[in-house]
Amino acid sequence: MQIVAMHIMEGYLPAAFALVWFLAAAPFWVKGVFAARRLVEEKRSTLLLLGAAGGFCFVLSALKLPSVSGSCSHPTGIGLGAILFGPWIMTLIGAIVLLFQALLLAHGGITTLGANSFSMAIVGSFVAWGMYKGSRRLGVPLWLAVFLGAALSDLATYMTTSLQLAWAFPDPISGFSGSTAKFMGIFAVTQIPLALSEGLLTSLIMMYLVKYSRTELDEIGLLRQGQVA
Amino acid sequence: MKKVTFIVLLAVVALAVVPLIIQSGKAEFAGADGQAEAAITQIDPGYEPWFSSIWEPPSGEIESLLFALQAAIGAGLVFYALGYYVGRAKGRAQVTPDATDTSPPKATTTATAATES
Repeated sequence: MQIVAMHIMEGYLPAAFALVWFLAAAPFWVKGVFAARRLVEEKRSTLLLLGAAGGFCFVLSALKLPSVSGSCSHPTGIGLGAILFGPWIMTLIGAIVLLFQALLLAHGGITTLGANSFSMAIVGSFVAWGMYKGSRRLGVPLWLAVFLGAALSDLATYMTTSLQLAWAFPDPISGFSGSTAKFMGIFAVTQIPLALSEGLLTSLIMMYLVKYSRTELDEIGLLRQGQVA
Repeated sequence: MKKVTFIVLLAVVALAVVPLIIQSGKAEFAGADGQAEAAITQIDPGYEPWFSSIWEPPSGEIESLLFALQAAIGAGLVFYALGYYVGRAKGRAQVTPDATDTSPPKATTTATAATES
């Protein structure tokens, strides 16, 4: 059966590697649980917005899109939540999405959940958030900062996946770098147009949130009171 | 806003449709991770996946059902929230007709928060 998209397939990481990635992801999940609890206790009124960010992640990772390379992959949808709520909570939500897909869709896997969480939910979240924060500091307008954050988060996810695979499967002749090039070659061309789509959609939904749910954005500190987007 | 929305959505659709046109008849549009699987076998021909999925959708139809379900749940959440916010903004605009921006005074914020919880 054809299993689609950008995550590492069930059983395709040797056990030792699978374990390493679980251990690497675990502290982020713990911190994610604490961040989520704090949000529930202190900013209850923003929970609907968190639901929307989680929902966005759900939709986008269900959309397997055709790409110029002639193969399919899907966006991650992590960027929106990471930009809104900071990277920690999304490490948790991303893992939930991956678990859903691993259990019900045979997409990704339980043994590779640590590695896939690391690439999508952790690297993806931090790149989106860091890129957004950085470009805002440089005076980049909100829509562009969101676009850059989301698109690069998508690209960073597949890059991490390629590195993870190359580390576990170094090429017998060209070694780690040879393998990296090979895996990047598979994901790169496919992922670039998808990253653009993801950036556009994230930016679009953010514009709607700025217009209609300014109260919540002020509360989570995305924009200062009265600040123009 | 409407114009921007339309253009952005058109661009997203184009990004998905153009590959179908330029690659039509040439490509199978299989998953990129299926290709990664092939690359692994090429690098390490002896590699056997040591664990297989606990449960796999019994057919392509069931699989697309579950993917559609995932997308429906997600879209439901997104547009429930968006619809709520749009409706709220309209309600506030009716109460204070001259307020052009949707961010209310602090008092209204707490009132809304209270009714939500």
